[in-house]
Order: sequence, then C-alpha cells, then structure tokens
Amino acid sequence: MQEVTATSRHYVDRLFHPDPQKVLQGVIDMKNAVIGNNKQKANLIVLGAVPRLLYLLQQGLSSSELRTECVVVLGSLAMGTENNIKSLVDCHIIPALLQGLVCPDLVFIEACLRCLRTVFISPVTPVQLLYTDPTVIPHLMSLLSRSPRTQDYITQIFSHCCKSPEHQTVLFNHGAIQNIAPMLISLSYKVRMQALKCFSVLAYENTQVSMTLVNVLVDGDLLSQVFVRMLQRNLPIEMQLTAAKCLTYMCRAGAIRTDDRCIVLKTLPCLVRMCSKERLLEERVEGAETLAYLMEPDVELQRIASVTDHLVAMLADYFKYPSSVSAITDIKRLDHDLKHAHELRQAAFKLYASLGSNDEDIRKKITETENMMDRIVSGLSESSIKVRLAAVRCLHSLSRSVQQLRTSFHDHAVWKPLMKLLQNAPDEVLVMASSTLCNLLLEFSPSKEPILESGVVELLCSLTQSDSPALRVNGIWALMNMAFQADQKVKGEIVRALGTEQLFRLLSDPDTNVLMKTLGLLRNLLSTRPHIDQIMSSHGKQIMQAVTLILEGEHSIEVKEQTLCILANIADGNTAKELIMTNDDILQKIKYYMGHSNAKLQLAATFCISNLIWNEEGSCQERQDKLRELGFVDILHKLTQALDPNLCERAKTAMQHYLA
Amino acid sequence: DITPLSISLSPCINPKMAELGAGSLLLGDPAFNYQEAELNERLKRLYPAVNEDETPLPRSWSPKDKYSYIGLSQNNLRVHYKGHGKNHKDAASVRATHPIPAACGIYYFEVKIVSKGLDFLSSLLPLSPIPGWDKHSYGYHGDDGHSFCSSGTGQPYGPTFTTGDVIGCCVNLINNTCFYTKNGISLGVAFTDLPPNLYPTVGLQTPGEIVDANFGQQPFVFDIEDYMSEWRAKIHGMIARFPIGERLGEWQAVLQNMVSTYLVHHGYCATATAFARATETLIQEDQTSIKNRQRIQKLVLAGRVGEAIEATQQLYPGLLEHNPNLLFMLKCRQFVEMVNGTDSEVRCFSIRSPKSQDSYPGSPSLSPRHGATNPNLHSAGADSPTCSNGVTPPNKNKSHNKYPGVSSASSSSSSSPSSVNYSESNSTDSTKSQPHSGTSNQEETSDSEMEIEAEHYTNGVAENPSARIMNGTYKHQEILQAQDISLGNGVAEDSCASRQLCGGNQAATERMIQFGRELQGLNEQLCREYGKNVTHKKMLQDAFSLLAYSDPWNCPVGQQLDPMQRENICSALNSAILESQNLPKQPPLMLALGQATECVQLMARVRSGSCSFARVDNFLH
Repeated sequence: MQEVTATSRHYVDRLFHPDPQKVLQGVIDMKNAVIGNNKQKANLIVLGAVPRLLYLLQQGLSSSELRTECVVVLGSLAMGTENNIKSLVDCHIIPALLQGLVCPDLVFIEACLRCLRTVFISPVTPVQLLYTDPTVIPHLMSLLSRSPRTQDYITQIFSHCCKSPEHQTVLFNHGAIQNIAPMLISLSYKVRMQALKCFSVLAYENTQVSMTLVNVLVDGDLLSQVFVRMLQRNLPIEMQLTAAKCLTYMCRAGAIRTDDRCIVLKTLPCLVRMCSKERLLEERVEGAETLAYLMEPDVELQRIASVTDHLVAMLADYFKYPSSVSAITDIKRLDHDLKHAHELRQAAFKLYASLGSNDEDIRKKITETENMMDRIVSGLSESSIKVRLAAVRCLHSLSRSVQQLRTSFHDHAVWKPLMKLLQNAPDEVLVMASSTLCNLLLEFSPSKEPILESGVVELLCSLTQSDSPALRVNGIWALMNMAFQADQKVKGEIVRALGTEQLFRLLSDPDTNVLMKTLGLLRNLLSTRPHIDQIMSSHGKQIMQAVTLILEGEHSIEVKEQTLCILANIADGNTAKELIMTNDDILQKIKYYMGHSNAKLQLAATFCISNLIWNEEGSCQERQDKLRELGFVDILHKLTQALDPNLCERAKTAMQHYLA
Repeated sequence: DITPLSISLSPCINPKMAELGAGSLLLGDPAFNYQEAELNERLKRLYPAVNEDETPLPRSWSPKDKYSYIGLSQNNLRVHYKGHGKNHKDAASVRATHPIPAACGIYYFEVKIVSKGLDFLSSLLPLSPIPGWDKHSYGYHGDDGHSFCSSGTGQPYGPTFTTGDVIGCCVNLINNTCFYTKNGISLGVAFTDLPPNLYPTVGLQTPGEIVDANFGQQPFVFDIEDYMSEWRAKIHGMIARFPIGERLGEWQAVLQNMVSTYLVHHGYCATATAFARATETLIQEDQTSIKNRQRIQKLVLAGRVGEAIEATQQLYPGLLEHNPNLLFMLKCRQFVEMVNGTDSEVRCFSIRSPKSQDSYPGSPSLSPRHGATNPNLHSAGADSPTCSNGVTPPNKNKSHNKYPGVSSASSSSSSSPSSVNYSESNSTDSTKSQPHSGTSNQEETSDSEMEIEAEHYTNGVAENPSARIMNGTYKHQEILQAQDISLGNGVAEDSCASRQLCGGNQAATERMIQFGRELQGLNEQLCREYGKNVTHKKMLQDAFSLLAYSDPWNCPVGQQLDPMQRENICSALNSAILESQNLPKQPPLMLALGQATECVQLMARVRSGSCSFARVDNFLH
C-alpha cells in the first residue's frame, strides 16, 4: 500500500518540475498509469493532483499539448468512482473546463467536453452547474457544428442536465432543436443516438418543444418521419425505444394526433414489442411505462393495444421475477432479477391501469388474466411505494367497472388491503386509494357493507380536512356515496363524525368539486321524510343559512341546481317544510329561480314549490294560500306553457294539487 | 356460436375438396398485365430466396381446389359465397394455387372483408369443412375471434372482424409459428409447431360474404418488410456471433490459410509473401512456381495467348498435350486475340503498337465479381472454376473496416506519440476502464506497418489505401505496362486508331487467316481422335464469325473481343497448371463459398426457413 502511494507521489511531484517538457512527460506518464486503475486514481486525488492539473490547465504559459494532456488525465480520473467525481467537482473542475471551451484548439475542446460529459452524466454532479453562467449554453450550441465528437459529448451533457421544464425552456430558447435536428441523420450512430435521446428529454411533457418539433424538417423529411424510420425493427433496441418515446411525448403534447398512422401502426406496436419477453428487463420497464403514458387519454389506442401481440397476457410475465429458475441456477441472475422486480411490477400495474381506464371489455380481460386480482392485492401491501401506488392506480382503473365491483373486487376482498393502505400513506397514494374507495362505496357494491363496518367514517372525515383539494373531494365523495339510501344509523354517524362545523366549512370550500360533493352529501342525507325532519330539527338553522348563502353567491348553475334540490328535499319533510314557509327570503329566491333563464334551475325550483303545496294532510291549505299570495300560482300558470316538457309537466302537476 | 368467416392455413393433403370448380382466369386486361408485373416485382423483393421454378408462390385462389359454394372473380382474387348458409354443412373454403415455399423465410398475405353478409344461421356441426376444422389446418374466425387448430374447438385468440377489416396472416417458417394481423396491427402468435407446405385458405359460410385476397398485388396494410428486417438482423446476428469458444486460434489459422491460398492461387506472389510473413504462415508452393503461373496468367489476360501457350509448353512440358481441350480453347482464344490485334503473332507486324488494347477500357483488368452477378457462385460451387477473382480476402477487408482512416493518419500519429495513448478517452463509451486500448493501438500500428512494408512491393497494393479492397486486381495492368515498356512496346497510342482487324496490318491479317486454317485442322484432328465435340464446334464458329463483319467489335458475336472474356480461359489454364503440380485447382476460399451457397439452397429444400435470410451474397461486400 505504502509502495503504491510512493509511486503515486512520484507522479504528483513530477507535475511541479520547473522544466515544462518534464512536466508534459510527467502528465503523459500519469495518464498511462491511471488508465483503468481506480486505486491509482484515488491515490492521485488524495495526493492533490487535481488542483495542480487544474492550475496547469488554466496557466496561460502551458503549451496546448500540456493543457490537453491535463484534461485527459482529469477525464480519466472522472471515470473512476463517484467519490472521484465529487472531489473533482469540489475542486471546481466544471468552471475550469467550461472556460477551456473558449480556446480555438479543437482537440483541446474535445478533451474538455469529454471530461465535462463524464462529470455531468454522474448522478452526484449538480446539474445546475451547467446553467450558472448564462453564456455557457449558447457557446455549447455553437460548438455543436465543430465535429462529431463535440456533437456526441454536448448532446450527452444536455440530455443529462435537462431535468425540469425550466431547463427545457433554456435549451429550447437557445435553439437546441435547430442545432440538434441535423444530427439525427449523422453518419455516426453514436451521434444519431445521442441527438435522439436529447429530443426525448426535451419533448417530455413539453408542449412548446413538441409543437416545434413536428414542423422541423431534416433533409427534407419531417422530424416525425425521421423518428418513425428509427423505429425499424432491425435497428438497435435503444434507438427504437427512444424514438418511440419522442413520438409518444409529441403525441401527448397534442403535436401528433392519436389516430395518426405513425402512432397507431408504428409507435404503439413498437412499444408493445418492447414489453415482450425477449427484451431486457430495463427495456421492458421503459416500454410499458411509455406505452401506458401514450394511451392514457385515448380509448381507441387502449383498444388497439389490448389486442396487439397478446399484450395483456404478456404483462402477466412481469410478475414472475425473480423466477424460480434464476434463484437456483444463477446468483448473478437472481440479483439482476431482484433489482428489477419492483420496477417490472409497478410498470405492469401502470400499463394495466392505463389499458383499463375506459373500456369495460378490456377491464374484464385484465381481471381474467392469471391471478390478476391476487397480484393487485399483494401489490397494495408491498414495501416499495412505487409498486403500491401503481397497484392502487390499477385497482382504481378497474373499479370503474360495475361488473368488477360486483364480482372480482368482492371475491378478493380488495377493500381490506385498501383500507390498510389508507391508514398511513403519502398523499399521492391516498388520493388514488380514496378515489378507489369512493367506487367501492357505491350503492350496488357488495363491499360497501364490510367497509362501513370497518369504521371508515372517521377516516373519510379526516380526509375532508386535508390540505389537498383532491383528498377533500375524495373524502366527501366517499361520504356522499356512503349516505346514498343509507339507514338512519349510518347517516347519523356521518353527521356526528363530520360535525356540522366541518360540513359548513366544506360548503364554503374554494374547490367547486368539494362544494358539489358536499351538497350531494347533504342531499343524500336529506332523503326520506323521517330523516329530513330529524336532521332539519337539529341542524335546520345552519342548513338554511348555508343554502341562502350559496343561492346568493357567485356559483355555477350546477351548484345552484344542487342547492335547489336540497331545498326541494327539505320541502318534502313534514316539519321541515315550515323552515322554508317561514322564510320569506328563501321563498323569494325560489320564485326568482322559477323565472330563471336556465330550465334546470326552473325545474329544481318548481320541484321545491310542488313539494310545498303537496296536499297530503291538513295544513296544506294554509301554505297554498300563502304561496298564492306571493304570486307562485301565476308563475306556475306561465310554466305550464313552458317549452321544456319536464318543466311543463312538473308545473301542471303542481297546479293540480291546488285544484284538489 | 361458431363462426363462418375465417382466414386460415390448410395442409397440402385435403381429401375433402368436394368439387373441381371451373374457374375462369381473366386475361387480356391491360391493367392486369401491369398488376402482374408489380406483383412479380413485389414477390421478388419479399422472397428473394424462393426459386419459383421449384416452388411457385401463391398468387391467387385456386379455381380447382374449392367448394361448389365458392365463387371466384377478379383474377381469382375475390371470393364470394353462393351457398344457402343454413348450417355448417354449407360452409365452404378455397385455397391458394400453391403452398407456401419454405424459402420465403417469412410469408405473408392479406384478406380484405368486402362484405360480411347476413350472418343469420350458424349451428353446431363438428368436422365441417371450414378451414381450421379440417385435420391439420389452422384458422382465425371472424365472429368470435377464436383460433382453430386441427379441431373444431376454438381458443380465444383475437378480436372479431367484419366488413371493411383487413386481416393478414404471417407464417414464420424459421420458427414455424403464425400470427394474424387486423388492420395492420399484429395480434400475436396464434400457432406454434406448424407443419410444412401450408396453403393460404379462406372459408365462408354466409350468403353475401365477399373477401378479396392480396398475395402481394397491393402494398400490405401491415408492415411485413419491417418484421422481416428484424428476422434478417436476428439471423445475421446469429451467424456473426456464432460461438467458436476455445477454437479461436484454430479458426484464425483456417482463415489465414484461406487468404494465403487464395493469393497464391491467383499468383499474387508478393502480396502472398507479405501476408505469409505478417501472419507467420507458410506457403505450400514455391516462389518460382507461383511467379511462373503469374507470368502466364498475365500473358493471357493481356491477350497475348500465343506467348502464354509457348510459356506453358516451355515451363510445363506435356501439360497442354495432355489437355487437348484446353489447348484448343487457348488456340481459339488466340485466334480471337489476333482479330483483336493483341496477340504477339500479329503484333509483330504492326508498326503502331496497339498497347491501349491491353488496358481494359475503364475497368480493372479483372472484373470484380460479386455474388449476385456471378452465376457461377450459385451453381454447384465446387466445380466452378471462374469465380475466383475480385472477391476480397475477407479477413483483410474486415481488419481495415475496423480502423478507418488509420493509414491516412499514420504519419501524424507517429510524429506525435501522445495521440496514440490518447484513445483511452476516445473509447470512453464503455464508461469504465479501458484495458483494451493498449492492444488496439498495437493492432493499429502493426497493421499500418504491414501496409507500409507492403508498399515496397510493386504488386498487389495500390498507392491509394482506400482502393486496397481491389487487392491485386488492377495492379496487373500496371505491371504489364511496365513490362511492355521494358520490351519496347509501350508507346501510348490513340485507342480509336487501333480498332482495326489485326491492328490494320495486311501481313498480320494473312497470318491470322493461316492460323485460322491451322485451328480448323486442329479441330478436325481432335474430332478424329476423340469424336465430335459440340462445344469446340460452337467455339470455332463463333471465332470465325468475327471475320464476317466489317466492324467485329460492334457485331452480334463481338462480345468475344471483350478483354473480360480472357478471364475464364485464364483461370482454366491456371487450374490445369495447379492440378498438374498436384495442387488444388480451386482455392479453398472459393470452395467454401461454393459450399455455403449450395448449403443455403439445400436448406430451402429441407424446409429450413432461415435460409432466406442467410444468403451468401448478403455477406459478400
């Protein structure tokens, strides 16, 4: 060990020799000594070779040859461990090398870029360092035309340092597309590949870039055609996959239509091929994720994918890692399998979720895949959060099916792991899980009963207090579904657990969805006469206040309609009626909405009046008189002539009550 | 519910074919001829390995192999159903004219559902004659999307299909699987372990059902060529990565030997010596012998056949006496060269040297032969004596592709020692250590060294490194010219002026006539000794015919005067000499090439589909 250090020291010492020729020879010898020798690299770094090399590199007096050799050694050091990179970055190698790019000597520039590339592609290097000096990006763009090597290195740097929409915009604004596009037809495969990768990073979830890309011509061909050529099956998988990503991102950004031939007949089949057993595990993960992303919003693509190359069955294989064979025969293989097993499972769940998000037949096909429901159930409780999230996404997608809710969901008691998942999970998982729960709480779902018994109400009520609007919506939505045609006990429990205060807070929620679902909950609570009277007797005042506020506020038609429906429900109560009859303000509002230009609101308001004048027992005469005094009869008369048949019918029925 | 409409494959034995229908083939339609040409072209491109003389490709439905309920129209491409369609007894099918040849490698056809008809009745009846239900036939049925294989019970397979859909069927004869496509989308493997000799088939059962076939008449909806390209790449990869394991050294020795013997065979003496030195191998034949052969070959290739005969007789006495056929061929050629004005017997009369006749107009002295253009390569390779020239010694070629531009950069790399080691970071894409960089440098240097060394020889290595692929082929010309100069004949002349019979010299013409008589005599003598020889007669006739035209170079038999015609006789003579020395008359490289070609053809006959993507000419560059 000491011996090694001694020789290393010798190398470093030679860098300080007064004779520049000796220094040069020293650097060259050092270069030959470190090639492929991580120990030597680490030693030299510890012995302080880096600052000296950087000094020599930046010295104006150094010969161009010496400077180049210095960069080559630095590049070699960077190819060692991550710790090497950290040391280099700490010594401010990046600004020094960026500075070097201003030099006119191409060989030197290439050496600098090569070293920068090695540093920047390491995960330990902060990418921000590329953007600190605003002159760097434009200069790199200008260097792209210098040689195939500069093209290769610079695009690699861009690909690895473009991590956010801001980065995409910076590169876009400096003409990345125009500068890189010609490289797609370079003679060098490496350059073509790196340019393609760069485009996939630039276009990802970026409408501006994607919209620009579709109009770019490369040697007379549209860029999308160039990408399609790169999907050819005889080309390297890496190229096919990356080209498919580019086309996918462009499609998702709206730059290419989802029914375009290049998507339906080229991109989609290519991505399905990437999922096949013949591909490497990494490729299968990327392929499935990209495919899921591509077809997420489009049912037609989902339908096509579902019949392409037995995709649904093919995905079942993603769950078979590590395979039983690999465990016995090959430790290395087992290790590899284990490393990718989580990734594979989550990718498969994602793709299933995307496939089944709209079409009932596809959902059926998925649930009929071997052990599918069991896999989801165990996926929900996996240690990897990524897998749990993907599994619950998949479950959510399948839970949109009435048939599946009635059958497989119940058979496999998916509510159990789902409830467990809800107890303690990060928000993104909670959103999906609670949304799935909403579906499981639908009236026809056989899982509704056991879920109710598991004490879900408290949990849902706590969700309504979340900061996340999505969680609040899901919480209140689930409660709404739960209250639908529920018995008195459940309703009472909901009201008790939620508390009127929280209920009214939700009625003034800034999120319209939350408001709508809260109104929906109220409406479901206020159904059947005994329930109406009971709830109104205890919370009547607050409810009437909230209703008034909403009717007076600036709300959408849907919100107001829902509110009027609540009033109609209240008007259906026996004692609750009086809360309206004694409130002239509310009566005036009902009158106003009966004359509203929107037929839906007119109908809801008329419904309310119709319930008020309903002559079932003795007290109706009094109410009828009052309403006549207030001019409702005239309005009803007018509404019997209304164009809307429902409205007309409703008004006629109400008038008949008067006559009776 | 079993479906009437199906696209399927049926085996060649189909005992149930009920009726021999009278199909009408529509001819005389001008559009038809155009379509026919387009079809031929597409089929040739899709299935280049198929020999249609042996195994014709399906081009239409067979009017003979169909049920009576099937009607054919539109050049036997459209099928319509004309039965009652009441139950499965009424189902009917038709198959293509020919089974799918194995040499296709990958075969594909499409069917467009023009009309689905009224699907009003389908009852269960096992063993109905619908394709897919016959024993050993395979089908995909439209109404339920099931696949049927050798029995009446279907397996869920794909989506259903109906009017307007285009259904394709792809048979992979490499792994014996089949998949279907719907509107250009692959539906995944339907069957495995398919038997050979399947026919494209379609089955109908509903009145009003009409389907159109596309056997290549139209572009396909599914991109079959893309699929083929994947398999081609797979097979090529398999060949390229064929494991040789421990036998690496052995293989190298074999390859070196092949190159060496090839060079020796053609008498590229200096190149062969250089190669032998670089690879530390031995040459079987001795230097003088090679040089002798080289000299004789050069004479033949220069058109100086008389001298070549003389040299042969002098160096290899008895050789021509034992090969009267060869001698006759040589003499015939000599006569032709006399007409040409190149043979020395007429040249000595000429004041103006027709030197320019030596050089082939605009082409190297030996025409480079590439697989596809050389019929000999594809015939029984073992016995083709001519396909020897212009084929690059493979490993030499390869080593140069690996280091493009090395030689042009060699001077600069030697002047700056640093740039050699520099390549550590050059090959950085393997990210981590690069222990191989040292060795690759070594290879580079040794390689360029060899080249420089080789430049000392005048033979075989062109000055321009990029032309080295032509190894040796066009050097002949220059050396010959050099000889010419030394012989005092090398005065440059206007080539147009020399294109006269026997160089335009009266005495030469007389000598030629006399030689012709002698040749005639030789022929008669041979006839007496060995009986009539049709080939000789034809050769003689062709040669003499030249005299019948005022401009022999532009006449129906003028082809003979083309200097390229010397190559056949040249290699025949070379082979004969080698044989007389107990050396192989064929270089092993050509034997191997011939054997590989033959092998691939054999694969097609034993129905190994991969032959279609393993064609020898794919590997000759």
